[in-house]
Amino acid sequence: MRKYIFKRLVAAVLTMWVLITVVFFLVRLMPGDPFQNPKMTAEIRANMESYYGFDKPLIVQYGNYMKNLFKGDLGYSMKFTNKTVNGIIAESFPFSADLGIRALVFAVSFGLVLGIISARNRGGKLDFFCVIVAVLGTSIPDFIMGAVLQYGFGIKWGLLPVAQYQGIEYTILPACAIGFYTLASVSRIMRASMLEVASQDYIKTARSKGVSEFRITAKHQIRNAIMPVMTIMGPTVASVLTGTFVIESIFAIPGMGKYYVESVSNNDYSMVLGMTIFYGVFLIFCNLVVDVLYGVADPRVRIGER
Amino acid sequence: MADREKFLELKNVVYSFHTYGGQVKAVRDVSFEVRKGEILGIVGESGCGKSVTAQCIMRLNPEPPGFFEGGEILFEGKDVLKMTNKELRKMRREDIGFVFQDPMTSLNPTMRVGAQIEEVFLGRTDVSKKEVKEKALEIMRLVGISDVEKRYKQYPHELSGGMKQRVMIAIALVSRPSLVICDEPTTSLDVTIEAQILDLLLELREKLGMSIIMITHDLGVIARMCDRVIVMYGGKIVEKGTAQEIFYDTAHPYTKGLMGSIAKLDTAKGEKLTPIEGTPPDLFFPPKGCPFAARCEYAMDVCKDNPPCSYQLSGEHVTNCWLQHEFAPDTDLKKENAAELKEGEVK
Repeated sequence: MRKYIFKRLVAAVLTMWVLITVVFFLVRLMPGDPFQNPKMTAEIRANMESYYGFDKPLIVQYGNYMKNLFKGDLGYSMKFTNKTVNGIIAESFPFSADLGIRALVFAVSFGLVLGIISARNRGGKLDFFCVIVAVLGTSIPDFIMGAVLQYGFGIKWGLLPVAQYQGIEYTILPACAIGFYTLASVSRIMRASMLEVASQDYIKTARSKGVSEFRITAKHQIRNAIMPVMTIMGPTVASVLTGTFVIESIFAIPGMGKYYVESVSNNDYSMVLGMTIFYGVFLIFCNLVVDVLYGVADPRVRIGER
Repeated sequence: MADREKFLELKNVVYSFHTYGGQVKAVRDVSFEVRKGEILGIVGESGCGKSVTAQCIMRLNPEPPGFFEGGEILFEGKDVLKMTNKELRKMRREDIGFVFQDPMTSLNPTMRVGAQIEEVFLGRTDVSKKEVKEKALEIMRLVGISDVEKRYKQYPHELSGGMKQRVMIAIALVSRPSLVICDEPTTSLDVTIEAQILDLLLELREKLGMSIIMITHDLGVIARMCDRVIVMYGGKIVEKGTAQEIFYDTAHPYTKGLMGSIAKLDTAKGEKLTPIEGTPPDLFFPPKGCPFAARCEYAMDVCKDNPPCSYQLSGEHVTNCWLQHEFAPDTDLKKENAAELKEGEVK
């Protein structure tokens, strides 16, 4: 097990290095640069460029960046003056993560339940209802979902606050809006997987033993069906927890999503890199956790036992 | 044999499946009985309805799409088709065991072997947890699993194919049922393991005295194991009798064809086997007459449109074939003392 994780860590470091290098050079290939301002005089511009080290050759800039990165320093933002990238992440990630966790709990629990109910009642009315939910969830874009929720619950019925982030009740609508897509895909995958497991020979074996239908579902079906859901959970957790630009804008939440998108359009090189690294590390970590959890669910993929 | 008490009886069972293409008549009017302590073989080629018939007895076919069109299945006097879910589950738990064809896929990969055996006792209040474990270990020893304490805690993927099939047999036998249905239990195993498993079943029959229904397409298995044999074709029984009668006094052209298509020890090198020409009937539109007529070398005009009557050839030996009719031409299959059985007359 330890050896396996060590191998994975080495692979992760390599992956990150490639990712950082590619993004480092890629952002500099984008048209424009961070200091596009018609009011800026040539002198100020030269000052700025030397402050951020832009006057040095690209390869030296790269070397410096990597050196700082080893110390955990992601540098200063080029747009939000006097703010470090580390600072911005530390300040905005908790909002995104808090919202994301709520969205995930909501999405995964309801998604699994819907998928299981749906598969158990295949072809019935409940199944039809669940499939409708799944289709709506995967096909309605989140900005429409967010706006509809705001209008319905916030304005029309006045049940929940429309926007901003000041307490638990403020998180309900955005969490639903973010989670709905995940809920739909979890329920769809779970349904398909449950149905596939239902036709397996060992389900028939269980039935021949006189095991009740409830126990067959609970004990034999679910655990074998959960693997495909776990597979999508790695990337989903990473992307949901690091925030979504659209929902955070609609609900005026000071999360990470906004910074990520704006940094790209602003040509804020250090922000783009910092956010990418943060997201990359997070994604790799989530996938590693999923791989370890596989073994918990399925003894066949348990690694390094004995 | 005939005097042994019969405890399972199928009467005119008709079983079909709804599919997108229409109704598939998988089992058409099948009647037979199983007696205490005997091994009954059901033989026939793929798709002849032997597995569906066997699964009917425990109602293991998925319903829907499967459904009974008629008939009754009497187990110890009770009609399986009229049982409540609770009675059905009790019967599956305590009275009948089922060994499936493919041990690789028939065990739950995420459950320990011991737990899967013990599950048979779930919902029973008359045995304590400790007793259940003892029973599981005892049956594992009985089916020849070595190092049972260790195996008990292992997962199926840690066992070999033969070992898994032993576990399957242990599951089927742990509650000491009066009947075990083996659906091609050795098809997916290699010949050495097959021999071991068959010997094990014979040995267990001696020890525990249960009856076995042995489903197979392998006449070798039938010859080795069975007291009585049913030959099925196109969802129907074409011939039944003692193993002796089926092998040495064959009365149905299909059975004869089956015998002709297996390799024997004295088959000379280069000598070709005789296959049965043609393909089995389409069960979406089963033939009106004898299902085998289209492939039968003896076929007469009467065979195409008229389902054959049953003819009793001896105490056990019954065949459904027009060749036994008194007006039929003399062939090597025609028996002298064939007596036509009237509708509903089951011997």
